[in-house]
Amino acid sequence: MKIIIVGAGKVGLALAQHLSKEHSVTVIDQNPTLLDHIINVYDVMGVCGNGACADVQKEADAGRTNLLIATASSDEINILTCLVAKTLGVQHTIARIRNPEYENQLRYMRGELGLSMAINPERATAREIARVLRFPNAMKLESFSKGRLELVEYRLPSGSTLGGVLLSDLYKNLRARVLVCAVARKDNTIIPSGDFALQDGDTLYITATPHELEQFFRHLGVFKCRASSVMIVGASKLCYYLAMQLIEMGMTVKIIDQNSDRSTHMSELLPKALVITGDGMDSELLREEGLDQTGGFVAITGMDEANILMALSVARQYKNCKVVAKINRQPLVDLVSNEDMIGSVVSTGSVTAELILQYVRAMQNASGSQVKTLHRLIGGTVEALEFGIRSDSPLIGVPLRDLKLRSGILLAGIVRQNGKIVIPSGADAINAGDDVIVVTTSTLRDIRDILQ
Amino acid sequence: MNRRMIAYILGKILLVEAALLTLPMVVAMFYRESAEPFLIPMLTLILCGILLSHISPKSRALYARDGLAIVALAWIAMSLFGAMPFYISHSMPTFVDCFFETVSGFTTTGASILTEIEHLGRGVLFWRSFTHWVGGMGVLVFVMAIFPASDGHGMHLLRAEVPGPAVGKLVSRLGDTAKILYGIYLVMTVAEIVLLLLGGMPLFDACVHAFGTAGTGGFSCRNLSVGAYNSPYFDLVIGVFMLLFGVNFNLYYFLLIGKVREVLRSEELRTYFLIVAAATVTIAWNISHLFESFSTALRYAFFQVSSIITTTGYATADFNLWPPYSRVVLVFLMFAGACAGSTGGGIKIARLVILGKTAVSDMRQMLHPNAVATVRIEGRPVSSKILRSTHVFLVVYLLIMSISTLLLSLDGFDLVTTFTAVVSCINNIGPGLGQVGPMGNFAAFSPASKILLAFDMLAGRLELFPMLLLAPSLWRRHSFLR
Repeated sequence: MKIIIVGAGKVGLALAQHLSKEHSVTVIDQNPTLLDHIINVYDVMGVCGNGACADVQKEADAGRTNLLIATASSDEINILTCLVAKTLGVQHTIARIRNPEYENQLRYMRGELGLSMAINPERATAREIARVLRFPNAMKLESFSKGRLELVEYRLPSGSTLGGVLLSDLYKNLRARVLVCAVARKDNTIIPSGDFALQDGDTLYITATPHELEQFFRHLGVFKCRASSVMIVGASKLCYYLAMQLIEMGMTVKIIDQNSDRSTHMSELLPKALVITGDGMDSELLREEGLDQTGGFVAITGMDEANILMALSVARQYKNCKVVAKINRQPLVDLVSNEDMIGSVVSTGSVTAELILQYVRAMQNASGSQVKTLHRLIGGTVEALEFGIRSDSPLIGVPLRDLKLRSGILLAGIVRQNGKIVIPSGADAINAGDDVIVVTTSTLRDIRDILQ
Repeated sequence: MNRRMIAYILGKILLVEAALLTLPMVVAMFYRESAEPFLIPMLTLILCGILLSHISPKSRALYARDGLAIVALAWIAMSLFGAMPFYISHSMPTFVDCFFETVSGFTTTGASILTEIEHLGRGVLFWRSFTHWVGGMGVLVFVMAIFPASDGHGMHLLRAEVPGPAVGKLVSRLGDTAKILYGIYLVMTVAEIVLLLLGGMPLFDACVHAFGTAGTGGFSCRNLSVGAYNSPYFDLVIGVFMLLFGVNFNLYYFLLIGKVREVLRSEELRTYFLIVAAATVTIAWNISHLFESFSTALRYAFFQVSSIITTTGYATADFNLWPPYSRVVLVFLMFAGACAGSTGGGIKIARLVILGKTAVSDMRQMLHPNAVATVRIEGRPVSSKILRSTHVFLVVYLLIMSISTLLLSLDGFDLVTTFTAVVSCINNIGPGLGQVGPMGNFAAFSPASKILLAFDMLAGRLELFPMLLLAPSLWRRHSFLR
């Protein structure tokens, strides 16, 4: 497939990295230094110029392109880029749109302006943060099939009761039905089988229904209730979306920002939240505002470094507080997520890239199935995909033990049409209308790709 | 420094060379010659290749220094192994001679230490010319076309191997770009073979000359080079094809996808043809008294100009005996070289155009000290990085040439021979003037001088820097002349 990415920023870079492996990608950007970098590092072609310009798009061969992704910094340029691309014959266009005013007319844009998809990175990130605050045990939480099945990332702390336990024993002794579908141990990624022994410091990826997950963590004796109050540092657009969601979930929200204009604006927008003008680095202020009784602390200022430092100091001082930090630069994310320093880390760039990749993968489905959700785990080495099975899929009705699966593939769950969850065993079979969750180290386009 | 990845890629390259050796072996067997000279190197290559590619790289990332190291090492290793068939078949007296001849082949120079070619085995002669064809487009480009590229970092390899001031891809994937380039290259070579066959040249000779033309190399299977056939038709076909292989291959791709305007707008192409036309006409006028008619003079002049500017080095006449003006023009053409992104060597027309324009713009700035000087090529401003790298290229090029000339002078040949030997090697041409003229050869030089000239050829083919930085790029410490 031919893909054009407009904008070689953080999102553009992350997209180029993942898309250039299987597609031919052209990147358009006005900044030659950024372009030079992206060409040197990934197998893509670069075109220097304004992406909204028809001539520039023609130079990038837009006429024969299947998908254009506009990720420039300005919403208006992105919309214009997609409009121009449509007239040049690009089949699908995706625009990054951040301004809430445009967001509210997404339906119009899809219908009248022909945008295939609009992505709001801030809102998507807010959703991700809200999910981990709801379930503080998880470093990361993803949901499948409208929340019926969840996937959590959980790091075994040193001295955990699970150290040295075989997975098969774990499943036998537990009453909760959970499935460990991937394990990250140092630099290795493992799709484990029953005779796999856990070790301290492993990062586990566990799928189960929300209720069973709670049972599992209760059984381990480490269960943490969802945060009832949350403190947010940094009154940005992301903060607005996050506070809205948290308030909707019934949590109390405190927002801290140094800039009094911004905090005034935020307090006008969010009457239910308490907005405080002050420095989030000031531990005295945090104590005064009752951080020791707060369930969650979210650092989302514009500065990665400030977020990391705040999160580190809070995580050290308040053991019961769930700490989330927004870090945009990938090297810094790798640095802090190596050790168990900060509870959870989110990055707007990778959230956006994940959504777009999901769309791209769904575009390629040959037939018989459809990618509904895609989550990338362990720095993108493992993917968890949800396939909707259509009635013409060849896998229907065959017991799983008779399917010859490729190596590195695990069926993590089947969600039946009536909402029943099946943690698959050899006797189960896939029916039409099911949602199947597959965890894999290779790239899948279609559910048929799981076969040898 | 990713040594494992370098070893891994080198292993793959050696395996490719082993595969390439099958072709001359088949030719040797077809002419009922011994296949042994090819079988032994082939088995050695397969053994070394498999051993090296068994080293599994920890990470597949290649950085700029790794790219430079791979390119330089690959070319040296290929030449060392490629010399084995000559040595085993006793075609040449010493291994240094064999190495010189192979380097001359892979770098598409065409400088030979042989006086008597026609008694050599067909298989050996085929291999000698086939190295031109392989080296012309580049070994690593070929490897990239058939093996999936490492994680996209292959640009460093392409940049180090494809000549020219600025290297770009044709399509977004490196592997596809390499396939397109080789596709164009192959089709043009086959076209030339067919045209030569139509003119009545035997298949073997047609292949040898097509390989020599395509890589702009210049090895022939006849002692008198193309002059041996004394046919205006062959002169024309080979002359025109030499010119065509000296054109930037990106332009052929633009022609294929219908971007004719891009091709016509190319300043490099226009300058190239202008130089060829001017040189041909003035040389023809200068040598017309040597031939019976002006048209014959034109025929010889065109062939020689085309052969020298594209750095091929075929000869239809002994231009060593031509008047001084013609010889001086030919020496100038040796420096000029062909277009960037072609199979030819030399400084490249693109660089000359940039240098000329910079000179004009600098002079304008002397008249208007506060004027903003922008150098434009095809309407687009040239970045100061490219301007600087072009200047540095010229300086380093002249420096290598002077030092080589100085060292070579220790062999005690006259100035013209010494100087033109270096010029013809560093520009990958083949024949020079004096004792290394079209009817002479390089046999008389001492072994040390031959190794020096082999270094010059490799430096010239790889655009100087991979060879110069070979040692620093392999150092473990990441410092260079601190």
